[in-house]
Amino acid sequence: MIQDLEPVVRAHPFFDGLPDELVKFLTGCARNVRFDAGQMIFRQGDPADEFFLLRAGRVSLETHDPARGPLVVHTLEPGEVLGWSWLFPPYRCYWSARAVERARALAMDARCLRRKFEERPELGYAMMLRVGRVLSDRLHSARLQMLDVFHDGDK
Amino acid sequence: MWIADVEFLEALVAGLRQRGFRVVAPVERDDAIVYDEIRSAQELPRGVGDEQGPGRYRLVERGDSARFGFSVGPHTWKRFLFPARTTLFSATLEDEQLRFEPAVLPEQRYAFLGVRACELRAIALQDRVLIGSGHADAHYAALRAAAFLIAVQCGQAASTCFCASAGDGPRATDGFDLALTELLDAGEPRYLVEVGTDRGREVLESLPHADASEADRGAARAASEAAARQMRELPAESLHGVLASVREHARWDDVAERCLGCGNCTLVCPTCFCSKIEDSSELSAKRAERVRSWDSCFSFEYSHLHGGDVRTSTRSRYRQWLTHKLDTWHDQFGSSGCVGCGRCIAWCPVGIDLTEEVRVLCDKDAAAAAPVEGDV
Amino acid sequence: MSSTTATNSPTTVREPMLPSTYRVLRREQETADTVTLTLERDGEALAAACEPGQFNMLYAFGVGEVPISVSAASDVGEPLVHTIRSVGKTSAALARLKPGQSLGVRGPFGNVWPLDDYEGHDIVVIAGGIGLAPLRPVVRRVLERRASFGHLVVLYGARHPSELLYLEELERWRASPDTTLGITVDRTTGVEWMGPVGIVPRLLARARFDPIETGLFLCGPEVMIEPCVREALTRKLPLEQVHVSLERNMHCAIGLCGHCQFGPHFICRDGPVFAYPDVESLLRVREL
Repeated sequence: MIQDLEPVVRAHPFFDGLPDELVKFLTGCARNVRFDAGQMIFRQGDPADEFFLLRAGRVSLETHDPARGPLVVHTLEPGEVLGWSWLFPPYRCYWSARAVERARALAMDARCLRRKFEERPELGYAMMLRVGRVLSDRLHSARLQMLDVFHDGDK
Repeated sequence: MWIADVEFLEALVAGLRQRGFRVVAPVERDDAIVYDEIRSAQELPRGVGDEQGPGRYRLVERGDSARFGFSVGPHTWKRFLFPARTTLFSATLEDEQLRFEPAVLPEQRYAFLGVRACELRAIALQDRVLIGSGHADAHYAALRAAAFLIAVQCGQAASTCFCASAGDGPRATDGFDLALTELLDAGEPRYLVEVGTDRGREVLESLPHADASEADRGAARAASEAAARQMRELPAESLHGVLASVREHARWDDVAERCLGCGNCTLVCPTCFCSKIEDSSELSAKRAERVRSWDSCFSFEYSHLHGGDVRTSTRSRYRQWLTHKLDTWHDQFGSSGCVGCGRCIAWCPVGIDLTEEVRVLCDKDAAAAAPVEGDV
Repeated sequence: MSSTTATNSPTTVREPMLPSTYRVLRREQETADTVTLTLERDGEALAAACEPGQFNMLYAFGVGEVPISVSAASDVGEPLVHTIRSVGKTSAALARLKPGQSLGVRGPFGNVWPLDDYEGHDIVVIAGGIGLAPLRPVVRRVLERRASFGHLVVLYGARHPSELLYLEELERWRASPDTTLGITVDRTTGVEWMGPVGIVPRLLARARFDPIETGLFLCGPEVMIEPCVREALTRKLPLEQVHVSLERNMHCAIGLCGHCQFGPHFICRDGPVFAYPDVESLLRVREL
C-alpha cells in the first residue's frame, strides 16, 4: 500500500517544532513498519541501519543471559524513539529490541538520514538536539536504575 | 531583700531536709566540683575556686572562706531532673496476652542549692522541651514540679563563661525559689537573700534573717558586675538563621579535624535533651522493659536509617550539634539552646571553643572565601 | 515559664511512651519480605482514628519499636492497617506476627497528606517501593470521594515485578473511572513482566494532568525526589503543589528524643509530610 507518510512523520512527537519544510525533506527516508507481539526488531550485533520512531505498542530493550533469559533494561512507549547506534561507526546494535506487544513504528533509513544531515546542517543540528535530549534522559534513567534505590534493607 | 549569716546555710539545709527534700549541692570530689546530696552545709566546699580554659579545669585555693567561690563544673542539674537512665515501662507476654506496666513516677523531692543563673536558664529551656511542647515527659515533670531551687548569684566568671552574651546572665532574676548572693567580707561570708516564690518565702521565714542594708545590696550588685566581666562572647544576641546559612562553610571541615566525636560536650551540656529508647527482654522472654537513656548526636547510631547512618562524618555531627544548639533551636523552641555556661569548652578534650567556632562561622568575609561542595 | 509549668500536678500527665496492646486480626503476605497486618485493639478502649500520611509506633515485644505509616485510613474504633517491610530486626519481628498474636501500638503521630487542599484538582500520586503503603489511603480516599477530585494518576515504581504491593487492588484502581495507573520496574526478565521498565519520573512525563490544578504526593527513596521534581518542573507544575513524605531515625515520635531532626524540623512532629519548598534547600545538604 502506497501512503503519503509526511503527515505521519509530522505527527510523531520527536519532530515537534521541526519546520514543515525539513519534515518534508526527511520523509523520503521513512517507511511504515509493524511488529507482532514478541517479534524481534533488531538483535545485538545486527547492522544498525534504521532509526525507529515508535507510534504504537511497547518495545523492550534487552540483552539475553543463557541462564536467566531475556534481561530487560528499558522499555519504550509510543512517541519515543529507538536506537542511535546508526549515528556512529561501527553502526552495530548495542542492545536487542523486541516488541512486547503489537507495535507500529516509522523506520528511517540510516544512510539516507546521515546524508540529509550532511546536506542540511540545520537539520542535523535540530536532530542532534532531539537525540541529545533522549540520550540524556536515558542516561539519568539508567543511573537511577543502577542505584537500586528500592533495595534499602540493612546491609 | 534580706541578709543572713553563714549559719543560715546550715539551717536552710536542715529545714529543707525536715520538709522531705533531698538537698543536692556542690561538693568537692575527684578534683572537681560536682553535685551530690548533702546532709549538712559543712559538706560545701570552703575557699575553693577553679581555673578553667579550653580543655582545662582545675581547682585552686582561694585563700578565703567562700562556699560558692567557683564556677560551674562537669555536672549539671539535668542528671537529677532528667536522669541518664530511666525505665519507662515493663511488659509481660504470657499466653499471647501482652500487658504493659508503666514505671512508677519518681517521688524524689530535690532541693538544689547553688543553682547558677545559666543553670536556671538551662532548666527553663529543658522545661520548654520536656514539658512545654505538646507531649510532656511525665518523669521529668514529676521531678521538676517537686524541685526546690536555691540560686546562687555568681561573684566571678570562669574564663569559659559567656552567659552575658548567650543568655540573660550573670544575675538570676526569676525561676528560683530563693536566691543567695555570697558577700565576702573578712572572715565568714554573709548572704543576701532574694525570694522568688511563695514556697521560697515560707522557707525563708522559718530561718534566721534580717533586712538587707543598702550597703549589702550594693555589694551584691558589685559582685554581679564582676561576674559580668567575661572574656568570651557570642558574636550576636541571636544566631537564628545564621549557622543554618553556612552549612557548607569550610570551618566545619576544620573543626572536624580537631573534634574527636567523643560527645563530651553533649554530656556536660545542661540543655542537651536527646535520648534513645531501648527495648530488651529477659532470657525467659516473658518479661521485657523499655529504658530511656541519654543519647548524643555525636554517636553514629543516632542518625541510623535502615541502610546506613545519615551523619557518618564528624563534620556533619559537629555541625548538627552546634547548628541545633544555637540556631534551629529557635525554630523549635523559640530561643537559643545555649546558656553560655562554657562547660563544652572546658570539658572538650581537645579544647574546641564554641565561641571561637561561631565567630569564624559568622565571619562573612571568611564565608565568602569558603569553597562549596563540588558539583558531582 | 518554668515556675508555672512546674507546678502542674505530675500525676495528670499521661505517659506518652506507653503503648497500648493490639492483636493481629489478619495477616496478608504481600511479597517475600512484606506483609500487611490488620490490628485490633485489645480490651475496652477504642482505637484512635488514623488519617492518610500518619504513622504509628509498632512495638514487637522485647525487640523494639519502629514507626510504620498507616496503609489504610481508619475511624475511631476501627482496626489499624499497616504494611510492614522486613528491613531490620524489629520490622522483621513484626512481619513474623501471626493472627492472634499481640503487639504494642503508640499513635497515631505526624501530619496528613493535604488532600483536602486539592478538592476539584487532579491528583498525582507517585510511589517508590514501600512508599506506596503511606499513599494507598490517599488513592482510596480519592476513589471514595470520586466526584470531589479531577483526574487521578497513580505512578508506582518497584525494584522488580515480584516486589509489587497490592496487586489486586492495583487492578481495581486501573479499572476505576477517570484514573490512570502507571507501574514501572527497575529490572525484570522479559518473561514475567510485560509492563514498562525504567524509572518512575518517566511515567510522570507522560501522565495526563492539568499542572495548574494538580496536587502531587510523593513517597519513596529520597534519591527519587529530585528526578520527580525535575519532571514536575518540565511539566510546569508549581512546586508548592508537590508534597513529599520524609523519613529519619525515630525513637519517641513526640519530638522529645531529637533523632528525627531534619534542619529545624522534627519529622515526627512537623512531618512526615512536607510541602516540597519547605524542605528543598535542606534536601540539598548532605548528611543533614
